[in-house]
Amino acid sequence: MASDAATALAPSSGERMTMVQALNQALAQEMERDPAILLMGEDVGPDGGVFRVTAGLIERFGDQRVLDTPLAESGIIGTAIGLCIGGFRPITEIQFMGFIYPAINQLFAHAARLRNRSRGRLSVPLVVRMPYGGGIRPPEHHSESYEAMLANTPGLKTVIPADPYDAKGLLISAIRDDDPVIFLEPKRLYRAFRQAVPEEPYTVPIGKGRVYRPGKDVTVIAYGSMVQVANAAADRAAKQEISVEVIDLRSIVPLDVEIFIESVRKTGRAVVVHEAPRTCGFGAEIVAQINERALLNLLAPVERVTGFDTIFPGAVLEDHYMPNPDRVLAAIKRTLEF
Amino acid sequence: MPIIEVNHFTTRRLQILDPSGVVDEQLMPDLGDEALVGLLCSMLRMRTFDEKALNLQRQGRIGTFGSLRGQEAAQAGLTLNLIDEDWLVPSIREQGVLEGRGLPMHLYYSFCKGDERASQIPDGLNATPQSIPIASQLLHAAGLGMALKLRNEEAAAVGFAGDGATSEGDFHEALNFAGVFGAQTLFYIQNNGWAISVPFSQQTAAETIAQKAFAYGFEGMQVDGNDVLAVYVASRDALDHVRSGKGPYLIEALTYRMESHTTADDHTRYRPAAEVEAWRARDPISRMRTFLSRQGLWDEQQEAELVAKVSAEVEAEVEALEAMPRPPATDIFDYMFAELPATLIEQRQQLIAESRNGK
Ligand SMILES: Cc1ncc(C[n+]2csc(CCOP(=O)(O)OP(=O)(O)O)c2C)c(N)n1
Ligand SMILES: [Mg+2]
Repeated sequence: MASDAATALAPSSGERMTMVQALNQALAQEMERDPAILLMGEDVGPDGGVFRVTAGLIERFGDQRVLDTPLAESGIIGTAIGLCIGGFRPITEIQFMGFIYPAINQLFAHAARLRNRSRGRLSVPLVVRMPYGGGIRPPEHHSESYEAMLANTPGLKTVIPADPYDAKGLLISAIRDDDPVIFLEPKRLYRAFRQAVPEEPYTVPIGKGRVYRPGKDVTVIAYGSMVQVANAAADRAAKQEISVEVIDLRSIVPLDVEIFIESVRKTGRAVVVHEAPRTCGFGAEIVAQINERALLNLLAPVERVTGFDTIFPGAVLEDHYMPNPDRVLAAIKRTLEF
Repeated sequence: MPIIEVNHFTTRRLQILDPSGVVDEQLMPDLGDEALVGLLCSMLRMRTFDEKALNLQRQGRIGTFGSLRGQEAAQAGLTLNLIDEDWLVPSIREQGVLEGRGLPMHLYYSFCKGDERASQIPDGLNATPQSIPIASQLLHAAGLGMALKLRNEEAAAVGFAGDGATSEGDFHEALNFAGVFGAQTLFYIQNNGWAISVPFSQQTAAETIAQKAFAYGFEGMQVDGNDVLAVYVASRDALDHVRSGKGPYLIEALTYRMESHTTADDHTRYRPAAEVEAWRARDPISRMRTFLSRQGLWDEQQEAELVAKVSAEVEAEVEALEAMPRPPATDIFDYMFAELPATLIEQRQQLIAESRNGK
């Protein structure tokens, strides 16, 4: 799925690895660095996680640092908060984003608020890793993208990498962050392509987006799995002499407003892409920011290419739901033909 | 005041047919020959449908599938006691019970394909669709059991879950509500030893799941879940208790998941082969077969005939599966609300324009 542009930005040094391998390496290196870091979740031990992101870590760090928990998401997040208060830095895994609901109380009512509630005395240096999004044809509840709900909860940061290099650097930043960071892993990209990833630990700062692909006619704003979709649409647009700038937000909280506003001021046209439902999806926030800061630069209404306001369908209808390069290209053209 | 003993409880475990195929005559239920043979037949049916699903998955004709192999007795013994008025509230591994209650298996297979028409349970079968969010459905079973009680109906709601599910808060809330409101609910927990890669010993520090019922004010018991006769007797008595309004009940059926969690999992990564082999010797089907053969009620020819008959049914279900036309893409919208709001009508139009409605 990745075109050449997907790897063009990455450094050439380092082993070529998948996102799963990059994440695994980041976890191992950080656990090595800081003994306060714990790993906890369902099947993260000998199984190595259902996607193998934690493979080999219990063998390396032992069962006092890698905790295969009972099957209870509220239990995982709630006890992780207590472990934070007790001086640890837990990295939790929720097996799929569709299973975060039992933990929402702990996440929203406590993790997001403890610093504020304790007037700064206590904090929650917690990472919540969750595979999110569609594209792998799994059973029900395994394809959801609920990032907007997280972004609408003050006190949580939400980071979403789009390639193996960023996955490693952003995860290390998330682990070192002193506040709760939700780390959404686009599961369809776990093994979709490889990229050179430097061996040594490095950070990609949270809150800084990037110009994934420079262009001048239209700005396409995306994150996570949709960066590849946007880029594929841009490839096709290029064949029709349309120059598309693709912005990868990398995190939605904090949001790098500057990077896409600057781009839209230049191109005058914008398309926002996400898999999550349309209404109150994160795209609505992007459009509002553009309205507030670059309205007079716009040459066409901002387009949104999103999932529908429906429940994520079963595998047989999944392709009809997911934003794809066709839909993005059509939206790009609408902004040009306006 | 001196320290006094406030309460105590005893957790019982029932076994009637032991792994070598010998029954305890005193505990033997009063079932005629036909019913005894029927229990074996329904287990063999379940296994045949299960093996076919594994096959279809390997050939890419269905998607992810979770096998029930090893749990046939735990499902067949219960199923024989179910009546049309009961409500079934399944989790994810109860295809045997559903098949036994008349769910056409092509629907189950299509569920594994990700075809949501499979979750439209045919009229006449009181069952909710399979529930993937672990333990969440148990609260519905508690609520249905409250409804049956409020309406004075002599029926039970049966809530299914696995051992892993008993760690979720929803499990505990369901038991507590059922206890408080005297719900006509049977909590039927198949403890198959594993929740994906996590063994039961890491799920709880308690010795049994059955004993948890006592904490919520009602009785629980264990049953050898690979002994179809014990499962039959325990669930018969539990359902009588529940249907007659005496309060909820919990059965923990001790069994074993012989296959990987699902076809997306590889159990050799985390569990010892010797453990699986030890449970193979406790196979629920072979022990019933041994018993019935010794009674002169079952022989190889009967088995061959049954397998041939069921295999033909399985093939017919596979044909029915493959004859199902693709659902229209607009199905994504058409069950969202009784009446579709304008914004969704607009999006539905967009889908039709983009996809020519799935064609
Ligand atoms: C709330 C929730 N968390 C996690 C999962 C992922 N998951 C699916 S099945 C399963 C294990 C279930 O184990 P158990 O309850 O023992 O049932 P079994 O699979 O053994 O039948 C897990 C963790 C889920 N479906 N729902
Ligand atoms: Mg289990």
